[in-house]
Amino acid sequence: MRYNERELLSLARQPAEKAAEIRMSVPKKGNVLKKRLVKLVVNFLFYFRTDEAEPIGALLLEHCKITKEEENVFSISFIEEPERKYCFECATEEQCLEWVEALKRASYEFLRRSLIFYRSEIQKMTGKVSESLQGPSQVVTDGFGGSRGCCCQSCPSCVWDEIPEPSGSCGLHSQT
Amino acid sequence: MKLNERSLAFYATCDSPADNAGFLYKRGERHTAYHRRWFVLKGNMLFYFEERDSREPVGVIVLEGCNVELCDSAEGFAFAIRFGGAKSRTYVLAAESQETMESWVKSLSRASFDYMRLVVRELEKQLQEMSRGLAGGSGSSREPPGPWKPKPSGLEQSWERPPALPAFLPKENGCAVWNNVLEAERLPGTSGSGGHDEEGSPRPPPLPPRRRVLNGEAAAAVAESPSTFCRLHEQYSREVARLRQDWQQRRRGRRP
Repeated sequence: MRYNERELLSLARQPAEKAAEIRMSVPKKGNVLKKRLVKLVVNFLFYFRTDEAEPIGALLLEHCKITKEEENVFSISFIEEPERKYCFECATEEQCLEWVEALKRASYEFLRRSLIFYRSEIQKMTGKVSESLQGPSQVVTDGFGGSRGCCCQSCPSCVWDEIPEPSGSCGLHSQT
Repeated sequence: MKLNERSLAFYATCDSPADNAGFLYKRGERHTAYHRRWFVLKGNMLFYFEERDSREPVGVIVLEGCNVELCDSAEGFAFAIRFGGAKSRTYVLAAESQETMESWVKSLSRASFDYMRLVVRELEKQLQEMSRGLAGGSGSSREPPGPWKPKPSGLEQSWERPPALPAFLPKENGCAVWNNVLEAERLPGTSGSGGHDEEGSPRPPPLPPRRRVLNGEAAAAVAESPSTFCRLHEQYSREVARLRQDWQQRRRGRRP
C-alpha cells in the first residue's frame, strides 16, 4: 500500500504525546523483546532503534485493543488478528498503566466519541434535548419521536428498536 | 518504515462509517494524467482504491499537517492537499461536480487528528465551566427534584447553540457517511499550534461513560473518572430511568 512516507516521517519527528524507551516485541521472530524508543504522536505509535532518527515502524492505533498483561507489560493487537500481539515491557508498573491509558485514548474514534459526548452534555445543559443528535451509524430513537446519538464505548453498534432494560445505575445501555 | 498494513487495509475496508466516500480523479505523480479512484476518508486517513469494490486500497494519504485548497486547474472542480516541507508532494484531486468538490474540501479540512483534538478540548473546557457555574450558583439542592435542568441563575456562561442536524444519516454513494459532525462547532480563535493548552502539558479528555460492570469494579470505574462526569452521568441515568419508566407505562397503556 502506498503512503505519504515523507509526511509520516515528519510526523514522527514532532513533539509526542508520550515517549519512552521501552522493550518491545513484534508478532514475528520469536517475540524477542528489544529496547526501542517508542513515541506516541496523534493516533500513531512510532518505534525507533534507540540511536536512530528514523523510525523502524509505525502502528496506526485504530480498531486496536490495548491489553494490560502481566506486571509491567501491555500489548497492542488489532481487531482482525487478535492473536498477533505487539508486546511492551515497561520499567515500572506505573509507567505501564500510564501507557495503557494514553494508548486507549489515542484513537481518532475515541476523540469522535468524546466529541459527541461533550456536545450532548452541553446541549442538555442548555435545557433542550437535541432532537437530532447525530452519531456514527448509531442513531437511537428514544420513544418520543426524537433521536439521540449513543456515545458510550460499551455499545459500539447500539441501534435500538426498544429502549433496553436498565441495569446498574446507568440507564443508557444494557450489559451483555 | 514499516506500517501495520494489514490492519490499515482492514480499517479501510471494514464497515465502520466513513467521513466521506466517492469517486475522485487523482493526478499522477510523474505524469499529469488523472486516474479515477474510489476514495474513502476515515478519520485522518484518506484511502484510495482502484475500484469501489477492491479488497485493498492502492494507497493512503495521512492527513496531518496539510492544507486543502482549491485549484484553478483547467480540469475543473479540482482541489489540492498540500503539505508543508520543501520536498513534500501535493496531491491534486478533482471531483465531478461543484457540490462534491465542496463536500470533499470541507471534510478534508477538518480531518486531522490535531483539529479534532482541539475541538474536543474546547468542548471539554466549556462543559467544565458550565458545571462550575452551576455548582457555584445554587447551593440549595444537590439532587434536583424532577428532571434535571440547570437553573438560569447559575449560568453565567453564554454559548452558541449548535444548529440542528438531520435526524438520519444521509447515504452517499451507497456508504453511510458522517455529515458535518463538526459543522456546528465554532472554534474560538486558536493561538499557536494545536496540541498544547495554555497551562502547559496537554491533558487528555476524560473518558466517556463506561459500561458499569457487575459488582465492585463499578466503584473503581467511578473513582477513575473526574467527579464532574460521574455526577453528570448519575444524574442523567436517573433522568433516563424515569423517562423510560414513563415511556413503558404509556406503551402498556396504549396496547389493547
